[in-house]
Amino acid sequence: MRVPGTQAGARRSGRRRSIGTAGPLEALLWLGPALVLILGVVVYPVIALVTSSFGEFSITGLRKGDAGLDNYAKFLTSDDLPKVIGNTVVWVGAVVLITLVLSLGLAQFLSKEFIGRRVVRWAVIVPWAAALVITSQLFRLMFDYYHGIINQLLLGLGLIREPVDWLGNPQFTMPSMIAVGVFVSIPFTAYLFLAGLNGIPDDVYEAASIDGARAWQVYTGITLPLLRPAILIGIVLNMIYVFNSFPIIWILNGSNPGYGNDTLITYMYKLAFRSADHDVGLSAAAGVFNVLLIMIAVAVYLRFVNWREEKRA
Amino acid sequence: MTASVTAPRRRLRGWKGARRFVLPVGGLLVIAFFLFPYAVMLLDALRPDSQVLATPPTFWPSTWSLDAFASVVGNETFQHWLRNSLVVAFAATAIVVVVAVPAAYFTARFSFRGRILFLGLVVVTQMFAPTSLVVGLYREFYELKLINTLTALILTDAAFNIAFALWILQGFFRAIPREIEEAAAIDGAGRFGTMIRIMLPLTRPGLVTAITFTFIAAWNEYVVALTLIQDEQLKPLTVGVSSYVTQYVQNWAQLFAASLIAIVPVVVLFALIEKHLMGGLTSGAVK
Repeated sequence: MRVPGTQAGARRSGRRRSIGTAGPLEALLWLGPALVLILGVVVYPVIALVTSSFGEFSITGLRKGDAGLDNYAKFLTSDDLPKVIGNTVVWVGAVVLITLVLSLGLAQFLSKEFIGRRVVRWAVIVPWAAALVITSQLFRLMFDYYHGIINQLLLGLGLIREPVDWLGNPQFTMPSMIAVGVFVSIPFTAYLFLAGLNGIPDDVYEAASIDGARAWQVYTGITLPLLRPAILIGIVLNMIYVFNSFPIIWILNGSNPGYGNDTLITYMYKLAFRSADHDVGLSAAAGVFNVLLIMIAVAVYLRFVNWREEKRA
Repeated sequence: MTASVTAPRRRLRGWKGARRFVLPVGGLLVIAFFLFPYAVMLLDALRPDSQVLATPPTFWPSTWSLDAFASVVGNETFQHWLRNSLVVAFAATAIVVVVAVPAAYFTARFSFRGRILFLGLVVVTQMFAPTSLVVGLYREFYELKLINTLTALILTDAAFNIAFALWILQGFFRAIPREIEEAAAIDGAGRFGTMIRIMLPLTRPGLVTAITFTFIAAWNEYVVALTLIQDEQLKPLTVGVSSYVTQYVQNWAQLFAASLIAIVPVVVLFALIEKHLMGGLTSGAVK
């Protein structure tokens, strides 16, 4: 498997940056602790996940025997799966896309110099730093039919005529969750783009302003193309984060029965830990399916990063 | 004639003048957008429970009350949750520093067989969230008899945060001119001594960023703790606070008071490293 930049980067650093070579024993001494933790707590669970997916478990979690491919067959033919996959596509697609557009605007704004910019940047950080589960609980109350401030606000502004059951009405549950997903994804993404904007040299803009380019022309002709690497990385990383996102759906969809608003992640979780039959094997098969999806995303990510390294070199 | 020449310039001056007001006003709107929910949280925590669930809800409390904070802080179970969160976050962060600093230094400075394999493993780790592996983690800790222990949480939080810390630190180690180490080597300092005494002080911003990120990630972790911890006394804050509002009880004011205690420290920490965030993102996450 290719690693970001190491193909080109290792050779480069091998010549210029490294101060020496080391034998395997010394390498093991320096990397050993990290290796033990990664192998023990990241790689081993992957193996445990895969072996569990071929096993049959009792409700209490005891392994009863081999299930062969039964769990996979059961998972892939489940009546709930099409709906769950659809939800996942909508959830990931909508959150990533809306986050991207809003973050581009916010990053552009935050890159300007003005009084109080520091404070604005601190405010933007808050949803990033706060635990997702806490922000989700907060929105659960804000979306509440009777007691939520969002209905109150929208009624006051005349945008809705009567209160909306944001989390209980199936029509609105997913859009409400997407709104929260966007809210918590913007800070990281905006900072990513802000870093990208800061990397664009000023003389590029000066040249454009001498040529008399309008602001919008400068943006689409210069800024956006130069932001391309940051945007690609923002898309791929957000896809992974949003796919893996658990608390928002878990909390906001918490009081709805069934799997009507679940994504692959919360569906997998419910199969093992919340459904009536606590089916570890079935859930593990779902987990393997999810991990494979993430691997595909990783491959895409690595391709982008390699592409970026090649450009830079 | 004169008008058409001066008009664009005046318009420009007009925008420059307006900018001084428009941008800060825009800034206020951005602040309002991102802080509004947390303002609701604070104001709900500062009123009696009965008022939180008023219909229609009000933004400002009509009666102010510190009861929610008082009952949360005085509650023994809450004190356990807080202590658990502190133990898990500090221990996980300490492990990450001890483990990631040598690995970052070594991979930044030395060529050896298996280097690419190791870094590849780290990249893959970074892509896996504990969430997607939670069934595997559960099986592992079940076999190790570590269900319902803080050790399981500490190990998980440490392992999944090594990658990010390593990338950040590696970026900083690489940026240090190698002449500095060569001088140290001539002075007879060993490799480990060179790293600790010469290199580490030069990577302080990277170290601070790595430590802060790890601490916050461990502090905010939810799904693994939700799965592995059933004992009320062993829950961290993220899982514990949810029991203020369940099917049976609706103590929203207490939930929010406890939540604020949980988020304010990490928000402050994050704000302190704000200026390193972008450097961290370009050398770390983006790498």
